[in-house]
Amino acid sequence: MAEAVDYKQIGTTPVRPDGFDKVTGRAQFGADVNLPNMIHGKVLRSPHAHARIKSVDVSGALAMPGVYAAISGADFPGGRLEGEAGGEGGGSMDDVAKNVMARNKVLYHGHAVAAVAASTVRLAEEALKAIKVEYEVLEPVLDVVAAMDPQATLVNEDNYTALPEKPEKPSNIANVGRLERGNLEEGFMAADVVVEREFTCPMAHQGYIEPHACVASIDERGRGTVWCSTQGHFEHRAATSKMLGKNMADLKFVATEIGGGFGGKTVVYLEPLATMMSEKSGRPVKMTMSREEVFRATGPSSATVARVKVGVRKDGTITAAQSWIAFEAGAFAGAPYMPGAMSIYAPYAIENFLVETFDVLVNKPKVAAYRAPGAPQAMHAFECALDEAAQLLSMDPIDLRLVNAAEEGTQAPYGPKYPPIGFKACLQAAKKHPNYLKPVPEGAGRGVAVGFWFNVGMQSSAEVNINENGSVMIIEGSPDIGGSRASMCLMAAETLGVDYDDVRAQVGDTESTGFCNVTGGSRTTFATGMAVTQACEAVIADCKRRAAMTWGLDEDQVEWEDGQAVPGPGVNADVKPLSLAELARKAGKTGGPITARASLNAQGAGAAFSVNFADLKVDRETGKVDVLSFTAIQDAGKAIHPAYVEGQMQGGAVQGIGWALNEEYIFDDNGVLENAGFLDYRIPVASDLPMIDTEIVEVPNPSHPFGVRGVGETPIVAPLAVCANAVSRSLDKRITDLPMSPPRLLEAIEG
Amino acid sequence: MVKVVFSNAMIGVTEGIREAEFAAENFRELTLRLKQRWPDLAELIEQSAVAIDGQIYQGAFAEPLAPQTEVFFMPRIEGG
Repeated sequence: MAEAVDYKQIGTTPVRPDGFDKVTGRAQFGADVNLPNMIHGKVLRSPHAHARIKSVDVSGALAMPGVYAAISGADFPGGRLEGEAGGEGGGSMDDVAKNVMARNKVLYHGHAVAAVAASTVRLAEEALKAIKVEYEVLEPVLDVVAAMDPQATLVNEDNYTALPEKPEKPSNIANVGRLERGNLEEGFMAADVVVEREFTCPMAHQGYIEPHACVASIDERGRGTVWCSTQGHFEHRAATSKMLGKNMADLKFVATEIGGGFGGKTVVYLEPLATMMSEKSGRPVKMTMSREEVFRATGPSSATVARVKVGVRKDGTITAAQSWIAFEAGAFAGAPYMPGAMSIYAPYAIENFLVETFDVLVNKPKVAAYRAPGAPQAMHAFECALDEAAQLLSMDPIDLRLVNAAEEGTQAPYGPKYPPIGFKACLQAAKKHPNYLKPVPEGAGRGVAVGFWFNVGMQSSAEVNINENGSVMIIEGSPDIGGSRASMCLMAAETLGVDYDDVRAQVGDTESTGFCNVTGGSRTTFATGMAVTQACEAVIADCKRRAAMTWGLDEDQVEWEDGQAVPGPGVNADVKPLSLAELARKAGKTGGPITARASLNAQGAGAAFSVNFADLKVDRETGKVDVLSFTAIQDAGKAIHPAYVEGQMQGGAVQGIGWALNEEYIFDDNGVLENAGFLDYRIPVASDLPMIDTEIVEVPNPSHPFGVRGVGETPIVAPLAVCANAVSRSLDKRITDLPMSPPRLLEAIEG
Repeated sequence: MVKVVFSNAMIGVTEGIREAEFAAENFRELTLRLKQRWPDLAELIEQSAVAIDGQIYQGAFAEPLAPQTEVFFMPRIEGG
């Protein structure tokens, strides 16, 4: 059981080790890798949202001087691929392969149809024009509710809803989720107020600033290296080798520095194409997506339609809750329909509930994980309904949530009883926060909502090598997307009892360290940190053995205190403590280099809850919304590096505000995305926002040596409903559709 | 006896049974007993996460199970 401890390193806020290289431009991102004789790959993308491919002819491109490779779906090994891709909703490996390169049908505008590699980017783009593709254009399926109709046009004629008994007919519904408890009818009968509404959330992109990029260099034996911007180079290696029918041992994957991922870089798009074209051409191939390609062809989040009904007694007790949520999967199954179902009521103890969710195919890009996949959309709907119930009862929205708050021992709606959680502590912190005690500014509305994410553990590996001078080198396999190298160094320094400045961390390639699952699920500081901690503990055990050998004592007569071996209590030995540096210097005489490793499948990731509130004001003439203040409170278990925890909270809040106020994919009637760029797809910039105030609550996770809970995903969950509730209160009118962009709000104000 | 609660996806295989009790000293033994009774559960067990007395395991295998332990099968989560 983790207890409150006075740590020396953990809880401090040193500058991140990768920061200097990043602000001086030295850091190597995906597109920064350059090799001799390197050529450039580009992708031909479908001009149709739904069409049958009658033929693809790449011979015209191949005939052009300076073009070294041209490929299409026909170049991939045949047969169905078994297995699942990594990342939430990664989907079947077979689907992912068909998303990387279309085979018989194109399923969304921008779907890859062919690719070329040529001496220059310009020439590659010209060569794309020489590829001939014949299509039979089909009707696109663009509306999620219409897609569920049994008579709807099918996105995939081979898709049958996954049910215990295979249905007779195919459908656009790939999967169905359902959780229920108690008696809904009795629950609603016991309510004093019932709120029932339909809510919508748009498809939104993760908006990472660095586009997908990779370089593949494969030799004539079919072996080589792929450098890529990824959240998980091990899983990218697995997917690439599987799609190309290669032995994964023939491919080394190197994770470059990454300019944002947020779930979207758990997916392969370019790596199999670059690898295949490098092998065909005998030259290194670089592929970099344009911003437009990122929008059109990489995974956004699911758009949703959610119908919610909630019954509440006068004292605030939720008596019943019922929800129906359709998630757009895009062209292939894999919407986060289950996480949505499992999260929607997670913060509350509710006796009677039902939630049904659907994973629905439409002719849009295949969705990918985006921070807490499924939870923002599902909880937006329920948190807005709860806010309306609080208004009807003239009850403080935090008080209403306190009445129903889950705590240790509460049976979560998705099944198990909660171990210690910090939800009530977050609500109590919000209630007494100075920002909450201030009056709501005139003309503004104050929105309150809560967030939740499960967090996961999964597999991680780490090595710890002690240098000859006692400094410490960590090698681990989790790409650093949020400052995790600093957290690894802090945990190692704390465990070993050395200074942070004496510890370095490096993300190893797939040949340098053991397997690690993707950096996702808010798992890296928790799980990889646990591997680092265990490796450090093994180093300490080895150092105690070496000290015992040096002193002529038994191993159990030696202890480790403040970074040095000392004789244990009651041991009569006239010796001086041996520091890590002294033990390292003499390592040659005591058994060779001091090194240890740990690999694990971490269990017991503690759920993280948040409470957010904000004051928003709508300009009634233009519909523009100003965020006057925003406060995020979250349980981090134990903040290893508090500044980076705050950074996660602030970053998630900003992404959630963007999703609530402006961000949306706008498709025309043919399924063509009309706003594939940051000019028309508007993410918030610094001038749009106030300082995001934060408060970290620490209710330790008993399953982690330092009490860590993942913090990366929960922050994006609450802001959607916070903004909607604030705007609804300021307008005295319930706004149910996101984003609350100026035209939509003007319509609401005038209508 | 260990109390087992099946996920919604599993209930289609367990003939509507949501909860059941089994004698088992560890998770592996429990899954063998479940597969003996409902062979079609095998794939769903592989695909599921499990909560053992509230502690969530994405890949449980041989975890010890004390008497009165509650084992709750649930969909696996990965996140982004």
